[in-house]
Amino acid sequence: MADVDLSDCKLLPLDALHRRLGGRMVPFAGYAMPVQYPTGVMAEHLWTRERAGLFDVSHMGQLLLEGEGAADWLETVAPGDFKALPAGKIRYSLLLAPDGGVLDDLMVTNTGRALYMVVNGATKHEDIAYMAGLMPGSLKLTHMTDHALLALQGPEAVAVLERLGVVPELPDVPAVGAMKFMTGGPYLWGSVRLGLSRSGYTGEDGYEISVHASDAERFAEALLADAAVKPIGLGARDSLRLEAGLPLYGHDLSPEIEPVEAGLAFAISKRRKVEGGFPGAERILTALLDGPARKRVGLKLEGRQPAREGADVFAGADKVGVVTSGGFGPSVGAPIAMAYVDSARAADGTALEIEVRGKRLPATVVPMPFHQKNYVR
Amino acid sequence: MRYFTKDHEWIDVDGTSATVGITDYAQGQLGDVVFVELPEAGRAVVAGKEAAVVESVKAASEVYAPVSGTVTEANGALADTPDLVNTAPEGEGWFFRLRLSNPAELDGLMDEGAYKAFVASL
Repeated sequence: MADVDLSDCKLLPLDALHRRLGGRMVPFAGYAMPVQYPTGVMAEHLWTRERAGLFDVSHMGQLLLEGEGAADWLETVAPGDFKALPAGKIRYSLLLAPDGGVLDDLMVTNTGRALYMVVNGATKHEDIAYMAGLMPGSLKLTHMTDHALLALQGPEAVAVLERLGVVPELPDVPAVGAMKFMTGGPYLWGSVRLGLSRSGYTGEDGYEISVHASDAERFAEALLADAAVKPIGLGARDSLRLEAGLPLYGHDLSPEIEPVEAGLAFAISKRRKVEGGFPGAERILTALLDGPARKRVGLKLEGRQPAREGADVFAGADKVGVVTSGGFGPSVGAPIAMAYVDSARAADGTALEIEVRGKRLPATVVPMPFHQKNYVR
Repeated sequence: MRYFTKDHEWIDVDGTSATVGITDYAQGQLGDVVFVELPEAGRAVVAGKEAAVVESVKAASEVYAPVSGTVTEANGALADTPDLVNTAPEGEGWFFRLRLSNPAELDGLMDEGAYKAFVASL
């Protein structure tokens, strides 16, 4: 319960709004960010699963990659099939180091004119430097620092945007309610332009919304004026994504981890699995063929005591892994964790133990997500 | 007589026996409590050293013994209803009772008025 020092933190475009709403501000990724509002993490989490939660994720990096051959070049640093990514579609992908380690995970949207990427806040400056150092001069990478990014997540998110009168900017772009998950396009709220995508990181239906910083507060307040919407902090964002089985960069993903052991082989597209040509392809394709030595798994603990990041995982006397994310799942109603464990111990139903403060807590390997996803396919 | 620490524990003293918990301010800072690890009866605790751990959805936080002594009882109700720490932190949500080994340590703690002023200064 130490006092929080925010003096080195940058402020988000919605900083004043967060404070007005009673957000408890903490340092995160170099920014002062709300970890929770007065109702607390548990209520915020459950509200998002039942109604609609508004998250400020403006700390994340919004990047625009433009120029002839942008998709071809992106394939040299990430294992997605961007050349075949249709306009308006989004792919989850991974920025890879030369040895195949994960430098970041990101969302890539083909806007038709450019590739719009959303990268993690804590890694965005390194990502930009890495890409800029490898890019040909014919391409242009823009960090959209003048834009805020909001996420509206939960079953009522679609109705909220419809009530607010968010409409497509172009005739060939579908209405908000007709968008499929992992698609995006240009929309309008009155005269305010929104880059809307049906996506998110909570395991719920919902949207991520890019909006110019100068319009962000007015737009956020309009969303919050809807009785279905409450502001949600980082605490619930973390518990929601953990229940959804989604890895968090810097915890469940790192440069020491390659995509296959992370359970992210789906992010390596079919064509790329055949052709390779991405960083660390040999190591990654070998792991795909032979199976990795360790795997990211979900663990459900008995009792109520959570296990946190860094806790060792045991099978009898043998240390077989380590927890990379752990906490209490409000919707699951039990403590849950993600861990990397030896592949021999990674099968669903395997009984393991997690050591917490000298005590062994029984845990079982379970399939993820811990909580069933509610995406609109 | 109830005393308070700078770490936001309270201790209610009756002769050489005392009950310990965390303050309303502390539970507000911690958020939703999902588990409390309590010391067993018979354990010796030392003033300012870890005596319990309280787990919220997001994080684990240590709770320190306000004074030294021997634990006589832990609050068994917290096993099934840890949220008592949130709903009644300075009542039913108590953590443990202990027998004081050095009552003079109480002199270093705050009374309610001093603690209120301390919290207001945060």
